[in-house]
Amino acid sequence: MLKILLAFVVGGLICVIGQLLMDLTRPSITPAHILVGYVTGGVLLSSVGLYQPLVDLAGAGATIPLSGFGHSLAQGAIKAVEQKGLLGAFSGGIESTAVGVAAAVIFGYAFAVLFNPRS
Amino acid sequence: MVAVKGNNEQQQEQENQREEYRLLVESVKPKHNILKNCVMAFLVGGTICVIGQLFLDFFISQGLGEREAAAVTAGTMVFLGAFLTGIGVYDQIGKIGGAGSIIPITGFANSIVAPAMEYKREGFLFGVGAKLFTVAGPVLVYGIITSCLIGIIYYLLQ
Amino acid sequence: MGQKVGQQSVSFSQPPVITSSATIVGPEEGAGPLAQYFDWVIDDPLFGEKSWEKAECKMLEESGKLALKKIKLETQDADLFLAGDLLNQIVSANYSARGLEIPFFGLFGACSTFVEAMLLASMLIDGGFAERVLLASSSHHLTAERQFRFPVEQGVQRPATGQWTATASGALVVEAQGDGPRIVGGTIGKVVDMGITDMNNMGAAMAPAAADTLLTHFKDTGTNPDSYDLIVTGDLGKVGQKLLIELLKKQGCNPADKLRDCGLMLYDTEKQDMHAGGSGCGCAAAVFAGYFYSELKEQKYKNILLMATGALMSPITCQQGESIPAIAHAVVVSS
Repeated sequence: MLKILLAFVVGGLICVIGQLLMDLTRPSITPAHILVGYVTGGVLLSSVGLYQPLVDLAGAGATIPLSGFGHSLAQGAIKAVEQKGLLGAFSGGIESTAVGVAAAVIFGYAFAVLFNPRS
Repeated sequence: MVAVKGNNEQQQEQENQREEYRLLVESVKPKHNILKNCVMAFLVGGTICVIGQLFLDFFISQGLGEREAAAVTAGTMVFLGAFLTGIGVYDQIGKIGGAGSIIPITGFANSIVAPAMEYKREGFLFGVGAKLFTVAGPVLVYGIITSCLIGIIYYLLQ
Repeated sequence: MGQKVGQQSVSFSQPPVITSSATIVGPEEGAGPLAQYFDWVIDDPLFGEKSWEKAECKMLEESGKLALKKIKLETQDADLFLAGDLLNQIVSANYSARGLEIPFFGLFGACSTFVEAMLLASMLIDGGFAERVLLASSSHHLTAERQFRFPVEQGVQRPATGQWTATASGALVVEAQGDGPRIVGGTIGKVVDMGITDMNNMGAAMAPAAADTLLTHFKDTGTNPDSYDLIVTGDLGKVGQKLLIELLKKQGCNPADKLRDCGLMLYDTEKQDMHAGGSGCGCAAAVFAGYFYSELKEQKYKNILLMATGALMSPITCQQGESIPAIAHAVVVSS
């Protein structure tokens, strides 16, 4: 139960930071800017070891926000470098996020073809 | 020389006028209700993460390892986000939740399906195919580049 | 022959007559306070077509045909068709002109297009170049959103300063002879840019142009706010209207009680979630051709100054950080 509460609070707070970024900065900040910022931010935090503790604490509360996607990219790259050397820097990130990316492309395509915009 | 000076002065005056007008616009502009927006972002974002946590726990209880379970959870959440966009619900959640619905991976799925669906009438190649990556493209580009750089730096430090 | 008055204004010696009007609006507009004044409310944003662009084009074409049909005329009876819309290369106007087969000038003035067309039609008629002109402009919420903002199913919050592009089309028949309200003069606007770059705050970008045209109009024609029953602006919205009042006050002019805004009249801004109000080429077109035309005909208003404003940027110039140039044209219509 505590795990779920932590996921709620941490996940919610991560989103609040994004809301503040959108409301307090220039109006030209779009959702695309926020998403790109969160992924690269996640990569950077993860690479200096700051994101893993958050994942240990909050589980999905830290992996579901897009910064978790960045974390996965960074950890993939680092682990692959340990195993394969320099080549791993190129393959590791994509390998560890492959399921998410493939799901996004396949489901995205399927639903875009199946449905039409309504409003 | 005189003409040049005149031009500069004119430019300066125009700048002043624009600045004055900008301040006027700021003063009459309706303010965002930041507190309410943040509360809604917190509730919506938190709820989406809880749904993710429930899936994660379920997949782990089915005997998946932690990393596999996390990957399958991400895939499931992407499916949900894409589905809710298709049936026209996710934009309603977005209106209420703001960043709370954009930042979770379901929002990433929404940003993939919404443009692709809307540009279907422009064909399957440059409509659906290209527009799938309107937002996902930049996200992947910058995510992959930074993670690759991190990998290289890590390699050099090893 | 009409003449130029002052710096930017014109007056017509034989004021052209608006003999007919027609309007077609979408579902949200049909649920608004002016619903009873519109000829045709469509429930389906696709209007039975395959794409929203086709739907907008059909709205424009059908409203033009309807305006002619109301006074028992066929398309070949019109000498000229003046039309415009918001889409790239004004495709709605071009494609509807293909169907109408009337000699055609395509116009782009963004949301000011309708008044631009009224002014040009009157000049051409008073100058003897045409007897009967059909003019129309349209906008469609779903075609405009995808061109200027986000896909509709994307979950984004619209800022409070954002305006809602109306799904609407309005058409007028203007003739040298006949019965109806007359276009007696007008003022041609200059492009004004006060450095606003926020695409979600068109009202702020357009208000300075509106103030400029209005003050020039008063100066050129020797009139003042009291010369008119109403001063109707085309979609400045809540924010733009406030700014216009502030800008006019600075110049010692306070017409606040005479000001109406088409963007605020088209919707019930309290109940319908339209933020700062409506906008789009079709907004001023439908509100004038629907509501004001009928009130002028019934003599409820004697004379009004209709001034539509347009923001003349493209999404590309905005992405490049350019500020938004704006224009406002005004016409005087007497019953």
